[in-house]
Amino acid sequence: MTRTETARPAAAGSVEVRDLTREFRVRNGLTVRRLTAVDHMTWSIAPGEAVGYIGANGAGKSTTIKMLAGILVPSTGEVTTCGLRPVKDRRRLARRIGVVFGQRSQLWWDLPVRESFGILAAIHSLSRGQERARTDELVETLDMGDYLGTPVRQLSLGQRMRAEVAAALLHRPELLILDEPTIGLDVLSKQRLREFLVRERAEHGTTLLLTTHDMGDVERLCDRVLVVDHGRLAYDGTLDGLGRTVGAERVLIVDLAEPHGDLEVPGARHLRSEGGGLRQQLAFDPAATTAARVLAAVSERVEVLDLTIAEPDVEDVVRRIYERAATSTS
Amino acid sequence: MGDGAFAETRGQVRAALRPYLAVLASRVRAQRAYRTSFRADLVGAAVVGLTEMAEVVVLFSAANGTLGGLDLAQALLVLGLAELAFSSADMMFGHVDNLAQQVRAGTVDILYLRPQPLLAQLVTSDISLRRLGRSAVAVVVLVGALVVNDVDWGPRTVVLLALSLVCGFAIFCANYVGAGGLQFFLLNAQEVTNAFVYGGRHASTQPATVWLRGITVIFGFVFPMAFCAYLPAMLLLGEPGAPWLPAWLGWFAPVAAAWSWAFGLFAWCSGVRHYQGGGG
Repeated sequence: MTRTETARPAAAGSVEVRDLTREFRVRNGLTVRRLTAVDHMTWSIAPGEAVGYIGANGAGKSTTIKMLAGILVPSTGEVTTCGLRPVKDRRRLARRIGVVFGQRSQLWWDLPVRESFGILAAIHSLSRGQERARTDELVETLDMGDYLGTPVRQLSLGQRMRAEVAAALLHRPELLILDEPTIGLDVLSKQRLREFLVRERAEHGTTLLLTTHDMGDVERLCDRVLVVDHGRLAYDGTLDGLGRTVGAERVLIVDLAEPHGDLEVPGARHLRSEGGGLRQQLAFDPAATTAARVLAAVSERVEVLDLTIAEPDVEDVVRRIYERAATSTS
Repeated sequence: MGDGAFAETRGQVRAALRPYLAVLASRVRAQRAYRTSFRADLVGAAVVGLTEMAEVVVLFSAANGTLGGLDLAQALLVLGLAELAFSSADMMFGHVDNLAQQVRAGTVDILYLRPQPLLAQLVTSDISLRRLGRSAVAVVVLVGALVVNDVDWGPRTVVLLALSLVCGFAIFCANYVGAGGLQFFLLNAQEVTNAFVYGGRHASTQPATVWLRGITVIFGFVFPMAFCAYLPAMLLLGEPGAPWLPAWLGWFAPVAAAWSWAFGLFAWCSGVRHYQGGGG
């Protein structure tokens, strides 16, 4: 089997989900309850797209991902991943997708990172040359050189997550699926990982499907957002559109040198003041302006000592989407 | 051309085995990295093997030297065969019995993301080298029993020994595979599978003549533990065997192994289907 890096099949990295449903039977003592985790969903992802798949806990995100990867069989409906049937063609599909489950490691906890990569290269039948080239590339772009010889169990969460992402990308998959990749990471680690993913996609055209609770991930990485609620598709469109439809605002919180009356800044809305005006909260629409512009406008008026930016909460966005859907149908 | 085809086949085999060997080699390295604890584990496993032997010795001395038509030396031949086959199977397949924990920890999902068959990955995901301690005791018991007993040495004996060990190993491995398959259903009921995995091991070391009818059916034919050691040993010793289990059945150990694997793989495949939710 020869593998070429440039010529990819037309379905490279694509996902197609048609009328997909997955039910679970939950046994509670003697009674058996049916639970519909994924409820007649239809959507598709084109090769090279970057899609954020968001929803509250238990909305059906992980169940969908497991069906895309061939771990779970759909109750009804169809899934096609990279042009393959995930369950029937699981082994062929495994060579073409990379998956990171945020809470489950695919590395060997007692081995140095380098050795885990070596084993995964053997698992994906990479030649020594391919293995070295790809490992070198990932080690450099993910800045893993310092801890390549460290056993996985001794890594910090941020280090481990970078190693997990590298492990999922070692065989140059067409489709990368990340399930909560930034959960628990500090701001700097998140930033690094996002920058890497942007670069990786620019260089290799990898399709990306990402589940997250962090709107920052979606903003910086995704062209398109799918929102699921109770197993149903509640929104499919751009992030800008999502911001417009539900008014997903970010909030700039500034600590001032001296108390000041409620700030009035163009492009931002004053939410509230604390400490007699020492700390003020300003909401703004990230699609219309930037945090830097709002901050500059504030700085023209008063002296700012410190600041934080609160991201809109995914749960909040989902709730609003759902409210909107409920009011438009009634 | 014949040579070329052979070299090509060998290359393909090596390429197919590379993923498994890479994992196994790393497991071996990891276990050897902690020398002191590895040695302690080896000794511990050997002590377990010695305890098994002591149990047989005590039992036979309490029964005035004979039990179920066997004397102590003959019983030790059965024990040696059974223990060697079991400890080898335990070393290579024992962790398949921990599937329930792996399902709960989510590590099974990770195996789905790799381009190899699930069962092959699970079996080669670990190897418990410490069991070699128990195997060493089994080898000593087996060799001792072969020397002490009146065994007629010849090609027939060698073939029988090899057949017995290979088939016994296969039967014990199949039990682990079946236990793994059932644990997809019985996530909190490992005791159920322990009943035939470890109960079966215990049964395989006993003379089948002491079994009640029901036990004879279960461990003679359903889980064919009598074929691991008792029946081949009776053939080696020229003894008649037990009611329902005459010694000549020992030659059918490969059939018993094939049956065990059919049962084990059926349980495994049903378990996987259940896990994926495809079977309803």
